[in-house]
Amino acid sequence: MSWRIKYLKKSPWVFHVNVGACNNCDIEVVNLLTPKFDVERFGIKLVGSPRHADALLVTGVGTRQAAIRLREVYRQTSKPCAVFLIGACACDTGIFHSGYHVEGPVDNIIKEVDPNAIIAYVPGCPPKPEAIISGVVKALSAI
Amino acid sequence: MIEIVLILPAFLVTVVLGLVASWIVRKVSALVQWRVGPPILQPFYDIMKLMGKETLIPQDAQRGVFVSAPLVGMAGVLLLSTMLLRITLNPEAMFVGDVIVAIYLMVLPSLALILGSSASASPHAAIGTSREMKLVMSYELPLVLAFIVVIIKTGGQLNLAGIAEYTPALSISGMLAFLASLLCIQAKLGFIPFDMAEAETELAGGVLIEYSGALLAIWKIMQAMMLVALPLFLVMVFLGGIATSGWSLLLGILKYVLVLVLVILIKNTNPRMRIDQAMKFFWFYCGIALVVAVVLATIGNYYGIGWL
Repeated sequence: MSWRIKYLKKSPWVFHVNVGACNNCDIEVVNLLTPKFDVERFGIKLVGSPRHADALLVTGVGTRQAAIRLREVYRQTSKPCAVFLIGACACDTGIFHSGYHVEGPVDNIIKEVDPNAIIAYVPGCPPKPEAIISGVVKALSAI
Repeated sequence: MIEIVLILPAFLVTVVLGLVASWIVRKVSALVQWRVGPPILQPFYDIMKLMGKETLIPQDAQRGVFVSAPLVGMAGVLLLSTMLLRITLNPEAMFVGDVIVAIYLMVLPSLALILGSSASASPHAAIGTSREMKLVMSYELPLVLAFIVVIIKTGGQLNLAGIAEYTPALSISGMLAFLASLLCIQAKLGFIPFDMAEAETELAGGVLIEYSGALLAIWKIMQAMMLVALPLFLVMVFLGGIATSGWSLLLGILKYVLVLVLVILIKNTNPRMRIDQAMKFFWFYCGIALVVAVVLATIGNYYGIGWL
Protein backbone atom coordinates (compact mmCIF):
# COMPACT_ATOMS: atom_id res chain seq x y z
CA MET A 1 0.00 0.00 0.00
CA SER A 2 1.54 3.29 -1.05
CA TRP A 3 1.90 6.26 1.30
CA ARG A 4 -0.62 8.23 -0.75
CA ILE A 5 -3.45 5.84 0.06
CA LYS A 6 -2.24 5.59 3.67
CA TYR A 7 -2.67 9.32 4.27
CA LEU A 8 -5.80 9.51 2.09
CA LYS A 9 -7.45 7.13 4.54
CA LYS A 10 -6.42 9.31 7.49
CA SER A 11 -8.06 12.46 6.13
CA PRO A 12 -10.76 11.90 3.52
CA TRP A 13 -12.32 15.25 2.58
CA VAL A 14 -15.74 14.69 1.05
CA PHE A 15 -17.71 16.60 -1.54
CA HIS A 16 -21.45 16.07 -1.65
CA VAL A 17 -23.02 15.58 -5.10
CA ASN A 18 -26.79 15.33 -5.50
CA VAL A 19 -27.76 13.75 -8.83
CA GLY A 20 -31.52 13.65 -8.40
CA ALA A 21 -32.12 12.56 -4.81
CA CYS A 22 -35.37 13.24 -2.95
CA ASN A 23 -33.34 15.09 -0.25
CA ASN A 24 -33.70 12.39 2.41
CA CYS A 25 -30.18 11.06 1.87
CA ASP A 26 -28.86 14.64 1.76
CA ILE A 27 -30.37 15.35 5.17
CA GLU A 28 -28.73 12.22 6.57
CA VAL A 29 -25.37 13.26 5.05
CA VAL A 30 -25.64 16.72 6.62
CA ASN A 31 -26.65 14.98 9.85
CA LEU A 32 -23.21 13.31 9.89
CA LEU A 33 -21.49 16.65 10.43
CA THR A 34 -23.52 17.53 13.52
CA PRO A 35 -21.92 17.25 16.98
CA LYS A 36 -23.84 14.04 17.70
CA PHE A 37 -21.98 12.00 15.07
CA ASP A 38 -18.84 14.19 14.68
CA VAL A 39 -17.05 12.59 11.71
CA GLU A 40 -14.12 14.99 12.23
CA ARG A 41 -12.88 12.30 14.66
CA PHE A 42 -11.85 10.33 11.56
CA GLY A 43 -10.50 13.43 9.79
CA ILE A 44 -13.55 13.59 7.53
CA LYS A 45 -14.37 17.15 6.47
CA LEU A 46 -17.01 18.51 4.08
CA VAL A 47 -15.39 20.73 1.44
CA GLY A 48 -17.01 23.09 -1.04
CA SER A 49 -15.05 22.30 -4.19
CA PRO A 50 -14.40 18.97 -5.98
CA ARG A 51 -10.77 20.11 -6.44
CA HIS A 52 -10.23 19.72 -2.68
CA ALA A 53 -12.16 16.46 -2.39
CA ASP A 54 -10.86 12.92 -1.83
CA ALA A 55 -14.26 11.27 -1.86
CA LEU A 56 -17.51 12.07 -3.65
CA LEU A 57 -20.67 11.34 -1.65
CA VAL A 58 -23.20 10.75 -4.44
CA THR A 59 -26.90 10.67 -3.57
CA GLY A 60 -29.75 10.23 -6.02
CA VAL A 61 -30.74 8.18 -9.01
CA GLY A 62 -28.57 9.77 -11.70
CA THR A 63 -31.03 11.61 -13.95
CA ARG A 64 -30.20 12.34 -17.58
CA GLN A 65 -29.57 16.03 -16.83
CA ALA A 66 -27.45 15.35 -13.76
CA ALA A 67 -25.36 12.56 -15.32
CA ILE A 68 -23.50 15.06 -17.54
CA ARG A 69 -22.62 17.13 -14.46
CA LEU A 70 -21.62 14.06 -12.46
CA ARG A 71 -19.11 13.03 -15.14
CA GLU A 72 -17.71 16.57 -15.15
CA VAL A 73 -17.42 16.67 -11.35
CA TYR A 74 -15.63 13.30 -11.36
CA ARG A 75 -13.15 14.61 -13.96
CA GLN A 76 -12.57 17.76 -11.86
CA THR A 77 -11.77 15.79 -8.70
CA SER A 78 -8.05 15.36 -8.19
CA LYS A 79 -7.01 11.70 -8.12
CA PRO A 80 -6.68 9.38 -6.24
CA CYS A 81 -10.28 9.67 -5.08
CA ALA A 82 -13.10 7.36 -4.01
CA VAL A 83 -16.83 7.45 -4.77
CA PHE A 84 -19.44 6.61 -2.12
CA LEU A 85 -22.94 5.90 -3.37
CA ILE A 86 -25.37 6.76 -0.56
CA GLY A 87 -28.90 5.32 -0.57
CA ALA A 88 -30.94 2.80 -2.57
CA CYS A 89 -31.35 5.15 -5.58
CA ALA A 90 -27.63 5.70 -6.03
CA CYS A 91 -26.82 2.00 -5.55
CA ASP A 92 -29.22 0.54 -8.16
CA THR A 93 -31.79 3.28 -9.05
CA GLY A 94 -34.24 1.92 -6.43
CA ILE A 95 -37.95 2.57 -7.10
CA PHE A 96 -37.11 4.69 -10.15
CA HIS A 97 -35.73 1.65 -11.99
CA SER A 98 -36.22 1.99 -15.80
CA GLY A 99 -37.87 5.39 -15.36
CA TYR A 100 -37.96 7.68 -18.43
CA HIS A 101 -35.64 10.23 -16.82
CA VAL A 102 -33.05 7.78 -15.45
CA GLU A 103 -29.68 7.60 -17.18
CA GLY A 104 -28.70 4.48 -15.31
CA PRO A 105 -27.22 3.30 -12.06
CA VAL A 106 -24.70 5.87 -10.86
CA ASP A 107 -21.81 3.39 -10.83
CA ASN A 108 -22.22 2.89 -14.60
CA ILE A 109 -22.06 6.66 -15.15
CA ILE A 110 -18.83 6.89 -13.12
CA LYS A 111 -17.32 3.86 -14.87
CA GLU A 112 -17.88 5.51 -18.26
CA VAL A 113 -15.36 8.15 -17.20
CA ASP A 114 -12.96 5.93 -15.27
CA PRO A 115 -13.36 2.12 -15.46
CA ASN A 116 -11.02 1.67 -12.47
CA ALA A 117 -12.86 4.05 -10.11
CA ILE A 118 -13.01 3.08 -6.43
CA ILE A 119 -16.75 2.76 -5.72
CA ALA A 120 -18.41 1.86 -2.40
CA TYR A 121 -22.13 1.30 -1.79
CA VAL A 122 -24.19 2.23 1.27
CA PRO A 123 -27.79 1.00 0.72
CA GLY A 124 -30.87 2.17 2.64
CA CYS A 125 -33.78 4.52 2.02
CA PRO A 126 -32.33 6.67 3.50
CA PRO A 127 -29.37 4.94 5.24
CA LYS A 128 -28.98 5.88 8.89
CA PRO A 129 -26.00 8.10 9.75
CA GLU A 130 -24.53 5.17 11.69
CA ALA A 131 -24.78 3.04 8.54
CA ILE A 132 -23.04 5.71 6.45
CA ILE A 133 -20.17 6.03 8.98
CA SER A 134 -19.80 2.25 9.15
CA GLY A 135 -19.88 1.98 5.36
CA VAL A 136 -17.26 4.69 4.86
CA VAL A 137 -14.94 3.27 7.55
CA LYS A 138 -15.29 -0.30 6.17
CA ALA A 139 -14.68 0.87 2.60
CA LEU A 140 -11.59 2.87 3.65
CA SER A 141 -10.10 -0.11 5.47
CA ALA A 142 -10.75 -2.31 2.44
CA ILE A 143 -8.87 -0.05 -0.01
CA MET B 1 25.06 31.43 4.18
CA ILE B 2 23.91 33.02 7.46
CA GLU B 3 20.46 33.50 5.88
CA ILE B 4 20.06 29.78 5.22
CA VAL B 5 21.23 29.01 8.75
CA LEU B 6 18.52 31.36 10.04
CA ILE B 7 15.66 30.59 7.65
CA LEU B 8 15.72 26.79 7.61
CA PRO B 9 15.30 26.20 11.36
CA ALA B 10 12.77 29.06 11.50
CA PHE B 11 10.79 27.36 8.71
CA LEU B 12 10.78 23.99 10.48
CA VAL B 13 9.90 25.50 13.87
CA THR B 14 7.12 27.65 12.41
CA VAL B 15 5.59 24.81 10.39
CA VAL B 16 5.57 22.43 13.36
CA LEU B 17 4.18 25.09 15.74
CA GLY B 18 1.68 26.14 13.06
CA LEU B 19 0.36 22.61 12.59
CA VAL B 20 -0.02 22.27 16.37
CA ALA B 21 -1.78 25.67 16.48
CA SER B 22 -4.18 24.67 13.72
CA TRP B 23 -4.92 21.46 15.66
CA ILE B 24 -5.66 23.66 18.71
CA VAL B 25 -8.05 25.71 16.56
CA ARG B 26 -9.93 22.61 15.43
CA LYS B 27 -9.89 20.93 18.84
CA VAL B 28 -11.09 24.01 20.76
CA SER B 29 -13.81 24.59 18.11
CA ALA B 30 -14.87 20.96 18.60
CA LEU B 31 -14.95 21.33 22.38
CA VAL B 32 -17.02 24.53 22.10
CA GLN B 33 -19.50 22.58 19.96
CA TRP B 34 -19.49 19.65 22.45
CA ARG B 35 -17.70 17.28 20.05
CA VAL B 36 -14.61 15.10 20.38
CA GLY B 37 -12.62 16.66 17.55
CA PRO B 38 -9.71 15.44 15.42
CA PRO B 39 -6.55 13.69 16.71
CA ILE B 40 -3.43 15.82 17.26
CA LEU B 41 -1.70 14.63 14.08
CA GLN B 42 -4.71 15.50 11.88
CA PRO B 43 -3.23 18.70 10.30
CA PHE B 44 -0.07 16.71 9.48
CA TYR B 45 -2.15 13.94 7.85
CA ASP B 46 -4.03 16.57 5.82
CA ILE B 47 -0.80 18.11 4.50
CA MET B 48 0.74 14.69 3.67
CA LYS B 49 -2.43 13.62 1.90
CA LEU B 50 -2.59 16.82 -0.17
CA MET B 51 1.09 16.37 -1.13
CA GLY B 52 0.25 12.94 -2.55
CA LYS B 53 -2.72 14.15 -4.61
CA GLU B 54 -2.77 15.14 -8.25
CA THR B 55 -2.28 18.90 -8.85
CA LEU B 56 -4.79 20.17 -11.40
CA ILE B 57 -4.26 23.48 -13.18
CA PRO B 58 -7.35 24.87 -14.95
CA GLN B 59 -7.13 25.22 -18.73
CA ASP B 60 -7.79 28.99 -18.78
CA ALA B 61 -5.58 29.78 -15.78
CA GLN B 62 -2.42 31.91 -15.94
CA ARG B 63 -0.07 29.03 -15.17
CA GLY B 64 2.92 31.02 -13.90
CA VAL B 65 0.99 33.24 -11.49
CA PHE B 66 -1.29 30.38 -10.40
CA VAL B 67 1.68 28.21 -9.40
CA SER B 68 3.94 30.89 -7.91
CA ALA B 69 1.32 32.77 -5.83
CA PRO B 70 1.29 30.26 -2.93
CA LEU B 71 5.10 30.34 -2.80
CA VAL B 72 5.12 34.16 -2.66
CA GLY B 73 2.59 34.12 0.18
CA MET B 74 4.54 31.53 2.11
CA ALA B 75 7.80 33.46 1.61
CA GLY B 76 6.19 36.53 3.20
CA VAL B 77 4.99 34.67 6.29
CA LEU B 78 8.32 32.84 6.54
CA LEU B 79 10.27 36.13 6.58
CA LEU B 80 7.91 37.59 9.19
CA SER B 81 8.16 34.56 11.47
CA THR B 82 11.97 34.35 11.07
CA MET B 83 12.18 38.00 12.09
CA LEU B 84 9.93 37.52 15.13
CA LEU B 85 11.70 34.34 16.29
CA ARG B 86 15.12 35.96 15.94
CA ILE B 87 14.07 39.02 17.94
CA THR B 88 12.55 36.75 20.60
CA LEU B 89 15.72 34.65 20.91
CA ASN B 90 18.24 37.50 20.65
CA PRO B 91 16.82 41.00 21.37
CA GLU B 92 20.30 42.59 21.24
CA ALA B 93 20.91 41.56 17.61
CA MET B 94 21.68 44.20 14.98
CA PHE B 95 18.78 45.60 12.95
CA VAL B 96 16.49 42.68 12.12
CA GLY B 97 13.31 44.54 11.26
CA ASP B 98 10.83 46.99 12.72
CA VAL B 99 7.08 47.49 12.84
CA ILE B 100 6.97 48.97 9.33
CA VAL B 101 8.73 45.97 7.76
CA ALA B 102 6.32 43.70 9.64
CA ILE B 103 3.27 45.63 8.33
CA TYR B 104 4.51 45.19 4.76
CA LEU B 105 5.30 41.49 5.23
CA MET B 106 1.85 40.88 6.73
CA VAL B 107 0.15 42.16 3.55
CA LEU B 108 2.04 39.68 1.35
CA PRO B 109 -0.13 36.59 2.04
CA SER B 110 -3.33 38.49 1.23
CA LEU B 111 -1.76 39.90 -1.95
CA ALA B 112 -0.62 36.43 -2.98
CA LEU B 113 -4.12 35.11 -2.34
CA ILE B 114 -5.60 37.87 -4.55
CA LEU B 115 -3.06 37.13 -7.32
CA GLY B 116 -3.50 33.37 -7.21
CA SER B 117 -7.26 33.39 -7.16
CA SER B 118 -7.60 35.96 -9.93
CA ALA B 119 -5.23 33.84 -12.06
CA SER B 120 -7.42 30.76 -11.65
CA ALA B 121 -10.14 31.85 -14.13
CA SER B 122 -13.09 30.82 -11.96
CA PRO B 123 -16.16 33.02 -11.40
CA HIS B 124 -16.42 31.93 -7.77
CA ALA B 125 -12.76 32.83 -7.23
CA ALA B 126 -13.38 36.22 -8.87
CA ILE B 127 -16.05 37.08 -6.28
CA GLY B 128 -13.72 35.83 -3.54
CA THR B 129 -10.91 38.00 -4.94
CA SER B 130 -13.01 41.15 -4.93
CA ARG B 131 -14.10 40.47 -1.35
CA GLU B 132 -10.51 39.80 -0.24
CA MET B 133 -9.38 43.10 -1.82
CA LYS B 134 -12.11 45.05 -0.03
CA LEU B 135 -11.27 43.26 3.21
CA VAL B 136 -7.57 44.16 2.93
CA MET B 137 -8.54 47.79 2.31
CA SER B 138 -10.83 47.81 5.33
CA TYR B 139 -8.53 46.29 7.97
CA GLU B 140 -5.21 47.91 6.99
CA LEU B 141 -6.30 51.37 8.21
CA PRO B 142 -7.25 50.31 11.78
CA LEU B 143 -4.18 48.06 12.00
CA VAL B 144 -1.80 50.91 11.15
CA LEU B 145 -3.65 53.26 13.53
CA ALA B 146 -3.30 50.66 16.31
CA PHE B 147 0.46 50.49 15.76
CA ILE B 148 0.63 54.32 15.80
CA VAL B 149 -0.89 54.18 19.30
CA VAL B 150 1.86 51.77 20.35
CA ILE B 151 4.58 53.92 18.80
CA ILE B 152 3.27 56.98 20.70
CA LYS B 153 3.01 55.02 23.97
CA THR B 154 6.58 53.73 23.70
CA GLY B 155 8.01 57.16 22.97
CA GLY B 156 8.68 56.82 19.24
CA GLN B 157 10.08 53.29 19.23
CA LEU B 158 9.92 51.52 15.86
CA ASN B 159 12.27 48.66 16.68
CA LEU B 160 10.35 45.51 17.71
CA ALA B 161 12.88 44.52 20.38
CA GLY B 162 12.49 48.01 21.88
CA ILE B 163 8.69 47.88 21.76
CA ALA B 164 8.68 44.44 23.41
CA GLU B 165 10.15 46.01 26.57
CA TYR B 166 6.91 47.96 27.13
CA THR B 167 3.41 46.60 27.73
CA PRO B 168 1.07 49.10 26.02
CA ALA B 169 -2.03 46.94 26.63
CA LEU B 170 -1.97 48.00 30.31
CA SER B 171 -3.45 51.43 29.46
CA ILE B 172 -6.83 52.59 28.11
CA SER B 173 -5.56 53.58 24.66
CA GLY B 174 -3.31 50.52 24.44
CA MET B 175 -6.21 48.22 25.36
CA LEU B 176 -8.43 49.81 22.68
CA ALA B 177 -5.64 49.36 20.13
CA PHE B 178 -5.06 45.75 21.23
CA LEU B 179 -8.73 44.81 20.86
CA ALA B 180 -9.02 46.49 17.45
CA SER B 181 -5.88 44.81 16.13
CA LEU B 182 -7.10 41.45 17.49
CA LEU B 183 -10.10 41.82 15.16
CA CYS B 184 -7.79 42.83 12.29
CA ILE B 185 -5.75 39.66 12.92
CA GLN B 186 -9.01 37.71 12.78
CA ALA B 187 -9.63 39.16 9.32
CA LYS B 188 -6.04 38.51 8.23
CA LEU B 189 -6.34 34.86 9.24
CA GLY B 190 -9.60 34.62 7.27
CA PHE B 191 -11.57 33.36 10.28
CA ILE B 192 -15.29 33.82 10.92
CA PRO B 193 -16.78 36.54 11.14
CA PHE B 194 -14.43 37.79 8.39
CA ASP B 195 -14.18 34.67 6.20
CA MET B 196 -16.33 36.06 3.38
CA ALA B 197 -13.49 35.59 0.87
CA GLU B 198 -13.39 31.82 1.43
CA ALA B 199 -17.07 31.43 2.40
CA GLU B 200 -17.39 27.63 2.07
CA THR B 201 -21.17 27.71 2.10
CA GLU B 202 -21.81 30.37 -0.55
CA LEU B 203 -18.62 30.61 -2.67
CA ALA B 204 -17.62 26.94 -2.27
CA GLY B 205 -14.10 27.78 -1.14
CA GLY B 206 -13.91 31.20 -2.85
CA VAL B 207 -10.31 32.23 -3.41
CA LEU B 208 -8.95 28.68 -3.05
CA ILE B 209 -11.62 26.95 -5.16
CA GLU B 210 -9.36 25.88 -8.08
CA TYR B 211 -6.34 24.83 -6.01
CA SER B 212 -5.68 21.13 -5.47
CA GLY B 213 -2.91 18.78 -4.40
CA ALA B 214 0.50 20.18 -3.50
CA LEU B 215 -0.44 23.82 -4.23
CA LEU B 216 -3.39 23.60 -1.82
CA ALA B 217 -1.00 22.03 0.70
CA ILE B 218 1.25 25.09 0.42
CA TRP B 219 -1.73 27.39 1.09
CA LYS B 220 -2.66 25.28 4.10
CA ILE B 221 0.93 25.42 5.42
CA MET B 222 0.92 29.20 4.87
CA GLN B 223 -2.29 29.57 6.87
CA ALA B 224 -0.83 27.38 9.63
CA MET B 225 2.32 29.53 9.75
CA MET B 226 0.19 32.69 9.99
CA LEU B 227 -1.40 31.17 13.09
CA VAL B 228 2.06 31.36 14.70
CA ALA B 229 3.36 34.62 13.27
CA LEU B 230 0.36 36.94 13.74
CA PRO B 231 -0.52 36.18 17.41
CA LEU B 232 3.22 36.23 18.21
CA PHE B 233 3.45 39.67 16.60
CA LEU B 234 0.53 40.94 18.69
CA VAL B 235 2.17 39.54 21.84
CA MET B 236 5.42 41.34 21.00
CA VAL B 237 3.78 44.66 20.19
CA PHE B 238 1.07 44.88 22.87
CA LEU B 239 1.75 42.37 25.64
CA GLY B 240 5.44 42.83 26.30
CA GLY B 241 6.90 40.03 24.17
CA ILE B 242 8.21 36.60 25.13
CA ALA B 243 11.34 36.39 27.28
CA THR B 244 13.33 33.17 26.87
CA SER B 245 14.67 32.70 30.39
CA GLY B 246 13.11 30.39 32.98
CA TRP B 247 9.58 31.09 34.20
CA SER B 248 9.08 34.11 31.96
CA LEU B 249 9.18 31.76 28.94
CA LEU B 250 6.15 29.99 30.40
CA LEU B 251 4.44 33.37 30.89
CA GLY B 252 5.25 34.26 27.26
CA ILE B 253 3.72 31.01 25.98
CA LEU B 254 0.66 31.73 28.14
CA LYS B 255 0.31 35.15 26.46
CA TYR B 256 0.48 33.53 23.01
CA VAL B 257 -2.10 30.88 23.91
CA LEU B 258 -4.35 33.60 25.39
CA VAL B 259 -4.34 35.54 22.09
CA LEU B 260 -4.91 32.32 20.10
CA VAL B 261 -7.82 31.19 22.29
CA LEU B 262 -9.41 34.67 22.09
CA VAL B 263 -9.24 34.42 18.28
CA ILE B 264 -10.78 30.92 18.35
CA LEU B 265 -13.60 31.98 20.68
CA ILE B 266 -14.47 34.98 18.47
CA LYS B 267 -14.44 32.56 15.52
CA ASN B 268 -16.86 30.17 17.21
CA THR B 269 -19.38 32.63 18.62
CA ASN B 270 -20.08 34.81 15.57
CA PRO B 271 -21.84 34.45 12.22
CA ARG B 272 -20.20 35.55 8.96
CA MET B 273 -20.52 39.26 8.16
CA ARG B 274 -21.32 40.67 4.73
CA ILE B 275 -18.42 42.53 3.11
CA ASP B 276 -20.16 45.93 3.43
CA GLN B 277 -20.81 45.28 7.13
CA ALA B 278 -17.13 44.41 7.60
CA MET B 279 -16.00 47.62 5.86
CA LYS B 280 -18.36 49.72 7.96
CA PHE B 281 -17.18 47.93 11.10
CA PHE B 282 -13.48 48.46 10.44
CA TRP B 283 -13.60 51.99 9.09
CA PHE B 284 -16.26 53.60 11.28
CA TYR B 285 -16.35 51.70 14.57
CA CYS B 286 -12.70 50.53 14.80
CA GLY B 287 -11.48 53.70 13.07
CA ILE B 288 -13.25 56.08 15.48
CA ALA B 289 -12.22 54.02 18.52
CA LEU B 290 -8.60 54.15 17.37
CA VAL B 291 -8.65 57.89 16.67
CA VAL B 292 -9.86 58.31 20.26
CA ALA B 293 -7.03 55.99 21.36
CA VAL B 294 -4.43 58.02 19.44
CA VAL B 295 -5.70 61.25 21.06
CA LEU B 296 -5.67 59.65 24.54
CA ALA B 297 -2.17 58.29 24.00
CA THR B 298 -0.91 61.68 22.84
CA ILE B 299 -2.45 63.45 25.87
CA GLY B 300 -1.08 60.76 28.18
CA ASN B 301 2.35 61.10 26.64
CA TYR B 302 2.31 64.93 26.84
CA TYR B 303 1.30 65.13 30.51
CA GLY B 304 3.11 61.95 31.49
CA ILE B 305 -0.02 59.98 32.53
CA GLY B 306 0.84 56.31 32.04
CA TRP B 307 -2.63 54.74 32.30
CA LEU B 308 -4.28 56.85 29.57
